[in-house]
Amino acid sequence: MKAKVHITLKRGVLDVQGKAIGGALASLGFGGVADVRQGKYIELDIAETDPAIAKSRVEEMCRKLLANTVIENYAVEISR
Amino acid sequence: MKAAVVLFPGSNRERDMAVALERATGEPPAIVWHGDTTLPKVDLIVLPGGFSYGDYLRSGAIAARAPIMRSVVEAAERGVAVLGVCNGFQILTEAGLLPGVLLPNAHGKFACKNVALRVETSQTVFTGGYEAGQTISVPIAHHDGNYFADDETLARLEGEGRVAFRYVGGNPNGSIRDIAGIYNETKTVLGLMPHPEDATDPSQGGTDGLGLFTGLANALS
Repeated sequence: MKAKVHITLKRGVLDVQGKAIGGALASLGFGGVADVRQGKYIELDIAETDPAIAKSRVEEMCRKLLANTVIENYAVEISR
Repeated sequence: MKAAVVLFPGSNRERDMAVALERATGEPPAIVWHGDTTLPKVDLIVLPGGFSYGDYLRSGAIAARAPIMRSVVEAAERGVAVLGVCNGFQILTEAGLLPGVLLPNAHGKFACKNVALRVETSQTVFTGGYEAGQTISVPIAHHDGNYFADDETLARLEGEGRVAFRYVGGNPNGSIRDIAGIYNETKTVLGLMPHPEDATDPSQGGTDGLGLFTGLANALS
């Protein structure tokens, strides 16, 4: 199965990279971008065939390594 | 005092740390590889600065899950003193030995300069060489030194006297409440962004950092 993991900064956590990207967009003439938040996208190929078990395993991976839950949220999507 | 310095792939301040420890104790520390699973019997474990694993995923994130870290956590729980400097501080937060997280500097730039720090308390194994309220000058060299924790954690840190050092005369990275270093509950684990090991000899431009190492040597010998 494939797992797609999106990791995003929690609301209120300063995103320095997002701000730099916003600044670069403005310098290219892209107006009207109020805010930019940068996250991470991680794809996993996993042997588990039961979607529910796969999801809970990947969520455990998020809690233990992939995300720092002090500052980040994670969302897991499982597909074949 | 016997000390061990843990070496991760990408550590780069382990030698500075070893030299500073030897200056204070007369004895070089053991250097322990991150892939080892056991530590020698020591009074102090140091996680040095650098860019372990190239800061992949998050600063300190991969190093915090290295095999040796299980032994470091166990030793810390037994009360063995643990010092994490710069990347070592980041690793301690990622390993759950210290609360909060080190975000990228608020101004988005690498910060490399001397800063003034206030020593908040002298009543720990780390700070017996200083007076409470004393200001010392030590260098910083980091990109991710912007300490952040939620309000509840900050209230607990302040209430329990667990802020070890604060930046004074200017905050170099946006760190919340000017925090430069914090302790765990028992004040036997210290993480700080500045590099006291790089202010232990006049040739480094100052010796204000030496007190941390002589204080440790006095407390732990």
